[in-house]
Amino acid sequence: MKIGVFLKQVPDTETKIRVNGSGDGIETGDIKWIVNPYDEYAVEQALRVKEASGGEVVVVSLGAARTLDAARTALAMGADRAVILDDEAFQGGDALATARALAKVAEKEEFDLVFGGRQAIDSDDSQVPQIAAGLLGWPHATWITGFEQGDGSVTIRRAIGGGTVEVARVTLPAVFTCNKGLNEPRYASLPGIMKAKSKPVARYSPGDLGLEGSIGNDGAAVRLSNYRLPPPRPDGRLLQGETGDQVKELVRLLREEAKVL
Amino acid sequence: MSSPAPALTMLSDEETAFAEALASFFEEQVGPHVARMDEAQQMEASLLPMFFEMGLMGIEVPESMGGAGGNFFLSILVIEAAAVVDPAVSVLIDVQNTLVINALKRWGSDEQQARLLPKLARDVVGAYALSESSSGSDAFALRCRAEADGDDWLISGNKLWITNANEADLFLVFANMDPSQGYKGITAFIVERGMEGFVVGKKEDKLGIRASSTCELIFDKVRVPAANVLGPVGKGYKVAIETLNEGRIGIGAQMVGLAQGALNASIKYAKVREQFGQPIAKFQAIEHQIAQAATDIEAARLMVYNAARLKDAGQPFIHQAAMAKLFASQVAERVASVAVDIHGGNGFTREYPVEKFYRDSKIGKIYEGTSNMQLSTIAKALLR
Repeated sequence: MKIGVFLKQVPDTETKIRVNGSGDGIETGDIKWIVNPYDEYAVEQALRVKEASGGEVVVVSLGAARTLDAARTALAMGADRAVILDDEAFQGGDALATARALAKVAEKEEFDLVFGGRQAIDSDDSQVPQIAAGLLGWPHATWITGFEQGDGSVTIRRAIGGGTVEVARVTLPAVFTCNKGLNEPRYASLPGIMKAKSKPVARYSPGDLGLEGSIGNDGAAVRLSNYRLPPPRPDGRLLQGETGDQVKELVRLLREEAKVL
Repeated sequence: MSSPAPALTMLSDEETAFAEALASFFEEQVGPHVARMDEAQQMEASLLPMFFEMGLMGIEVPESMGGAGGNFFLSILVIEAAAVVDPAVSVLIDVQNTLVINALKRWGSDEQQARLLPKLARDVVGAYALSESSSGSDAFALRCRAEADGDDWLISGNKLWITNANEADLFLVFANMDPSQGYKGITAFIVERGMEGFVVGKKEDKLGIRASSTCELIFDKVRVPAANVLGPVGKGYKVAIETLNEGRIGIGAQMVGLAQGALNASIKYAKVREQFGQPIAKFQAIEHQIAQAATDIEAARLMVYNAARLKDAGQPFIHQAAMAKLFASQVAERVASVAVDIHGGNGFTREYPVEKFYRDSKIGKIYEGTSNMQLSTIAKALLR
C-alpha cells in the first residue's frame, strides 16, 4: 500500500493572531509553527495502515519553505519520505488551488489511499482533502473516528450528530479526513528524530505537476480581500437583587434586548 | 571575516525538534502523575517503558546498538525538559545517561559495551553506586571491599543513597581491592541484580525528588566475574571522578529545568491571581521578581549549555561543569523560593506545583558533589 498524508503547517494553538499592517494577512514574524493537530491523527493512521499491511507512507505538504519542519515531524514519527510544494507559485491559493496541487501529487505518486486532518486549525476550511478527492474521482469519508481495513475496501465510522455514528464501507483508492478519537498519535522518538534527517524529501515544481497558472493565487476561485479581527466581546452584565427579581429581569432582557425569546 | 559562531541557545534542527517533542511528551504523559508520585514516593510503573520507547534511556548509545546515537548535549536537553515537569523523573533519566552509559562508553571494553549498552537502551535501568554512610564528599574513603578469588572478585560492604536503585538491574559499584593502597585500590565493578549476596535495601524517605528511588545496597561476598570489572583494576577512582565531571552538567540541566518549571507556574499564576482589583502580574514588585528569575535561569542555562558543548567538542570542561552545577542549583533554589512567594498561601500548599519544586531544588546543592566541593574544584583550577 502506498499511503499519502496531506499535512499542513499551522500557527501554534496558543498564538496570538495579529493582522499585518496592510490588512491582507497576519503577522507571521514571531509565530511558532506546528503540525496541524488533526493532521497528526492522519499521520498516525497512515503509520498504522503501513504497520498492518506494509507499504510506504509519504507526507505531502504545501506551504512556505518552513513547511519542511512540519514534514520532518511526520518523518520523525515514522513516515518514509516527504513531498514538499514550497515553490512561490503554489502560495496564496484557496482550498481549490491547493487541492489541485495535492491531487496531482496523489496521482503522480499513485497513492492507494490518502489521509488528511478533518480541518486545518488556521483557516478552518475543511475542504482541501474533499476537493482533492473530487478532482481525483475518488470517494472520500470525512471526520472519521474509526478505520478498519478490509479487502480492497475499508470500513469507517464517523459521528453524524445527536450521538449517532455512521458506518460506511469505502472502496480504495479513497481520501479520508481524520477526527480526534480516531487514534492516539505517537510522539516522535529520539531515534526517530535522528533518522528523519536522512529520509528523502522531494520537491515538485508547478511544471513537474503540469499545473502552471492553475495553482496559488492564479488558480484560486476565492480571493481574500482583507483580514480583520473580530470585534472585542462586550463585558457580560451581572444582575443584582433578589433571585426572583433577577429571573424576571433576565427574562425581560432575553425577550426585549437579546430578542431570543 | 568568517561567519560568527552560533549562539549557545541556537539549537540545530534536530535539537529544536527534539526539545519541542519532549516538552509536550513530559507535560502530557508525566504531568498528570507528578503530584501522586511525589506523595507515594513511587515512580509510575507505566512511565519507564515509555521512556525506553522514546529513546530517552539510551540517548548516547550508538544506533547500531539500539540507541538514539545522540550526543551529550541532547542528553542535557532531555534532562532539562524532564525537570520542567518533574525533577524526580529527570534524575532517573540523568543517572542512566550521564553516569551509567557515559561510564560504560568511556571505560567499558568492546565486549562489555556490546553486552550491556543494547540492554540499557532497550529495557534495563542503571544505577551508580559510589557513596557510603561514611564517605560522601570524601568519596575515596569508601569501605566497600573487593577480594580477589581466582579470576573472580568478592564484593562486601554497603552503599547508601543510591539513585534508581529500586528500578535498576545494573549497578556500577566502586569497591577497594586493597585499602593499604588508599584510593589507588578503588576499582569499578558491574553488578547485576540477582547476583547472590546482593540486596537492594531500604528506601530513603526524602524531602524532595521523592518519586526517584534512593536506596541502600548491601553486598555480602557477591561474586563478580573478571569480565565485569569496568576499566583497569585500581583505576576506579578515575572512573568515578571522570564520570561525575560529566554528570554534574546533567544536574545543572536538571536544576535549570526545575527553575523553568517553577517560573512557568509563577507566570501562569500571576496572570490569573487578582488582588486589589487586578492580576498580580500587573504589580511591578511581581514583574521584577519574574524578570530577575528569568534572567537567573538564562545565565544558568548558558553555563550548562556551554559546559555540555565543550564536552561534545572534546575540550576541557571540568571547572565549567562545576560552575554550571554550582550556579544552576543556586538559581533553582532561589527561583523555586520566589515562585512560592508569588503563589502566596497557595504556594505553601500541595494544590500548586511550586512547593514541590522548592523541596526538589535542595538536592541540587548536595548530590554529585556538594556546592562546597564544586567551589573547591573551581578554586583548584584557578589557584594551582
